[in-house]
Amino acid sequence: MHTFYNVVSGPLAWIAFILFFGGSIYRIVRMLMLVAEKEKFIFTYMSWRYSLRSILHWIIPFATVSWRRQPVLTVITFAFHACLIATPLFLLSHVLLWDEAFAISWWTLPDAVADVMAIIVILGAIYFLARRLTQPDVKFITSASDFVILAIVAAPFVTGFLAYHQWLSYPLVMCLHVLAGDIMLAAIPFTRLSHMLFSPFTRAYMGSEFGKVRHARDW
Amino acid sequence: MVDSRSWDWDTSEKKIPLDSWKAEYQWVEEPYVSPDGEKIAAVVNVDEGEFTVCVNGRAWGETVFDKIWHLRFSPDGRLTALVSEMGEWTMAVNGKAWENKFGYIWEPRFNANGTSIAAAVQQDMQYAMVLNGQPWKQTYANMTFFALSPDGRHTAGAVQVESVDSGEIHKFQEGSFTAALDGKPWDARFVNVWNLAISPEGGHLAAEVRLNLYDYTIAVDGVPWDAHYATVWEPVFNPISGTVVAPVREKGMWGLAENGNILWDRRFFQLWHQMFSPDGSRLAAIVAPSYGRWTVAVDGVPWSATFTKLVTDAVFSPDGQRIAALAKDAETFRVVVDGSPWSGTWDMAWKPVFSPDGKDVAAKVEKKGQYTYAVNDRVWSTSCDAAWDPIFSPEGTHLMLRTIEAGSYVRRIVPVSEIAA
Amino acid sequence: MAGPLKKEKAGVVDEGIDVGISRLSEAKIQSVINGVIESETGARLKTYVETCIHCGLCSEACHYYLSHDKDPHYSPVGKVKQTIWEMLRKKGRVSPEFIRRAAIIAHTECNLCKRCTQYCPFGIDITYLMSVVRRIIHKLGVTPLYIQDTAHSHSVTMNQMWVKGDEWPDTLQWQEEEARVEIPDLRIPMEKEGADIMYSVIAPEPKFQAQLIYQAAIIMQVAGVNWTMPASVGWDNSDMAMFTGDNEIMGRLKRSHFETAARLKVKKIVMGECGHAFRSVYDMGNRWLGWSMPPFTIVHAIEFYHDLIKEGRIKIAKKYRPPITLHDPCNVVRGGGLHEKARYVAHALCENVIEMHPNREHNYCCCAGGGVINTGPPFKMTRIEGNRVKAEQLFVAKTKGAEVLVAPCHNCHSGLHDIVHHYEIGLDIKFFGDIIYEVMEKPAQAGP
Ligand code: SF4
Ligand code: SF4
Ligand code: SF4
Repeated sequence: MHTFYNVVSGPLAWIAFILFFGGSIYRIVRMLMLVAEKEKFIFTYMSWRYSLRSILHWIIPFATVSWRRQPVLTVITFAFHACLIATPLFLLSHVLLWDEAFAISWWTLPDAVADVMAIIVILGAIYFLARRLTQPDVKFITSASDFVILAIVAAPFVTGFLAYHQWLSYPLVMCLHVLAGDIMLAAIPFTRLSHMLFSPFTRAYMGSEFGKVRHARDW
Repeated sequence: MVDSRSWDWDTSEKKIPLDSWKAEYQWVEEPYVSPDGEKIAAVVNVDEGEFTVCVNGRAWGETVFDKIWHLRFSPDGRLTALVSEMGEWTMAVNGKAWENKFGYIWEPRFNANGTSIAAAVQQDMQYAMVLNGQPWKQTYANMTFFALSPDGRHTAGAVQVESVDSGEIHKFQEGSFTAALDGKPWDARFVNVWNLAISPEGGHLAAEVRLNLYDYTIAVDGVPWDAHYATVWEPVFNPISGTVVAPVREKGMWGLAENGNILWDRRFFQLWHQMFSPDGSRLAAIVAPSYGRWTVAVDGVPWSATFTKLVTDAVFSPDGQRIAALAKDAETFRVVVDGSPWSGTWDMAWKPVFSPDGKDVAAKVEKKGQYTYAVNDRVWSTSCDAAWDPIFSPEGTHLMLRTIEAGSYVRRIVPVSEIAA
Repeated sequence: MAGPLKKEKAGVVDEGIDVGISRLSEAKIQSVINGVIESETGARLKTYVETCIHCGLCSEACHYYLSHDKDPHYSPVGKVKQTIWEMLRKKGRVSPEFIRRAAIIAHTECNLCKRCTQYCPFGIDITYLMSVVRRIIHKLGVTPLYIQDTAHSHSVTMNQMWVKGDEWPDTLQWQEEEARVEIPDLRIPMEKEGADIMYSVIAPEPKFQAQLIYQAAIIMQVAGVNWTMPASVGWDNSDMAMFTGDNEIMGRLKRSHFETAARLKVKKIVMGECGHAFRSVYDMGNRWLGWSMPPFTIVHAIEFYHDLIKEGRIKIAKKYRPPITLHDPCNVVRGGGLHEKARYVAHALCENVIEMHPNREHNYCCCAGGGVINTGPPFKMTRIEGNRVKAEQLFVAKTKGAEVLVAPCHNCHSGLHDIVHHYEIGLDIKFFGDIIYEVMEKPAQAGP
């Protein structure tokens, strides 16, 4: 178990981070190169003002008609995404690891808060799962990969939650937690989790087209 | 070209007052001026449903027509218009209607020296071209694009030779169009035929053709080029060698092809209005070297200056050494000569005119409804209510400026040096 | 509810689709699909498909989805799944039957109205994805008959309605003559080089609705506009080739339109009350030709009327009495931001304007747009059933007192006419031009 832990938190973690950062940069650069190669005209229409205007509306809960029409989803998705990003970033035990390894540290969340946030992510994942299984329009377009990426995202939080509360076998759960975290990081650039990388670009493009050319709101 | 040596290049100013016309007629339409500057004419309404043309204050001829439109002076100074009498249409030249009458007549055109007038005509829902009053013997169920040869002796049209009812899409796709030269159709059938060109000596006809919904090429005398393209634009004949050159689109970019072989190395986002210098040695075109940027390319090399909105009215100097064009950025036009834009910006500018030796360039320009002339980037001091294109004297020393100022038509002969630096 | 589609859908007979399908082989399908995807698409298609998180937030945007009791087949992303996703996933190895369904979906179950793009958190352009499908359908030769015939008309005559070269100027002269009964010195100035504006219309005007040209001429004359109309090709601004994916013909049409304006030396192109033509001239055709923005300022009728009224160039003698409600055509609101100007015009002309909701750039499409109405009678019910929500919206407006529906777009006009008729809503449908003509100050009638 100990060696397993060393592997997942050592080399595997390195690989995961490299894949995450390297992969993300690679995917974005490739996309931009593809635009330059085949759809260069897109650059002509990009506008900082309208890009930011669009992004801003969409990252604020209830700032768009679409969000307002789906209040439950909106609350859950914003909470889910916020906790999904903030929890691992500001978790005390994670920051301690950074401190140990590289002597860098930053502000951390109280553990009890982080715990609640993990629960929010898990509940959010359950909500999304239920939505996929029950809402006909979502079910219709759901493929196996949707469940896989949901599992990839939920796993670090489920295991983290279990580990924190020391339920089940702590060492095993801990190992699985680190592994799940590695997998999620590595998967972001290479699965549809890449919406994290691409959405600012698609949003910016549509915001620019709507704002600069069509003089209409895209939210 | 029209010989302008016999025109009056000595009288510095001639005036024809126009104000009285308005009093004489119910209404006066926009005026047109003869190439020699001696005549100004407008369609005028005499009474309900009665029209004539007023030329220098006098009605042209005896006849009053039910309708008159498309009043134009031919390059050799004849005054033409499309006229209707008793429900029949024809062309009237200097007030006299052609003997042949038609159900309709439209899109008249002249050859460069004005010897010929051609137009499209419809009679009993059949279509043909008419040249100097004589229609083709053959008529067609539809005719869409028209051409008159540079020497004025031949006409051509894109004609429909197989009947296809609306909704018969698959029959249509088998090809129902061809081109006809002087009324005689090609044997080949095409889905579409557009933009015809007749060779300088008048014997050959080239056109854009569409072979099926997806393949386009150029056909010359009914024979398509071997190479097919995603689409093509208008063919032109080399005035000396007689080869055919047309813009062609491949892989989303435009190139220039001669008899089916690619001519220039470079590809463009757009390429059209290719033109040969008078001696056929140089070839230029309006191009978009990158998306949303426009300029002129000469022998495949684009000018470095580019413009965002439009480049139009490109013209070679008579010696083929220089090129002038109009360029638009935002809402303003500029004259560009050999890649250098003039400093003056205008709400509108007209096709630049070169002096016979190619040294001077003049253009009619307009700002806020006031017209004037720019010569070599210097602006003439007078502003006018209307103006026509400037004309250089045969020696190139003087300009004939035809304008309307304070209710009068004014014909002026101005030394080029008075405006240009 | 992802069950099979209702029977009658599969049973539609369209010669364009059926004959096209009968000529297809799987190999041909594969090569066409892959050819289009490889040579004509790029980062957009790839990124949109990979970024879509399958959340279904776009569903609620679509009037087809809402009108079919949330049948997932009609949700925007559902339509994407049934078409381009499968084509990509199977690398083009799809059956002729699949192509038939894709043709029907892309051509008759999506108006390319862009509403879903406003509802997708990532701004995924479903309209673009559907256009790629239509391009593939075009290249496969499976485009529905009626709209394909229209594309052929465009290719031959450069107009939408097979209007021949002589018929166009003849019609203008006929309308000019008619209008002279009302204003004796009225002109429809043809080929007047150097006029301020070129007025362009779509071919149904000279073909079926010449009174619209008449009205426009009166408005121009009274407002003292220095205008012209071309007597050559290039007068028609419509463009069904844009909707059949025949980009080459689209480019040809728009070139002819813009170059006619250049030849006439006008400063602006003013266009009649048409939505799709605006999209073609302002947004689509110009791009294919390499113009990032059109070479001439494009003024849609709504904006033109707005300016004329605001500048006092036309005066309202007496406001229009019957209460109106206003349909926002997507191509000029989502596609051109003219919704406030439309309201300015509506309030300037009419005493009582009753709003429909949702409105402005969130309005529901009429279900005629995107070329759907141009697929003709075989798909008429697709349009009508696909827009029950519009009927409900109209019905609410009607209960609030609206008697007249103003639709400043030709396709909307015809599409809404079918909806109003089918659902028995009982609204008169008018263009702004109709109302302006009725309420504006005109010079005193010429006595006999
Ligand atoms: S009809 Fe409009 S809302 Fe529906 S899918 Fe098409 S573009 Fe989207
Ligand atoms: S809203 Fe956007 S991301 Fe969600 S399913 Fe629709 S297209 Fe995909
Ligand atoms: S027809 Fe009218 S509402 Fe409908 S798509 Fe066009 S602009 Fe939109």
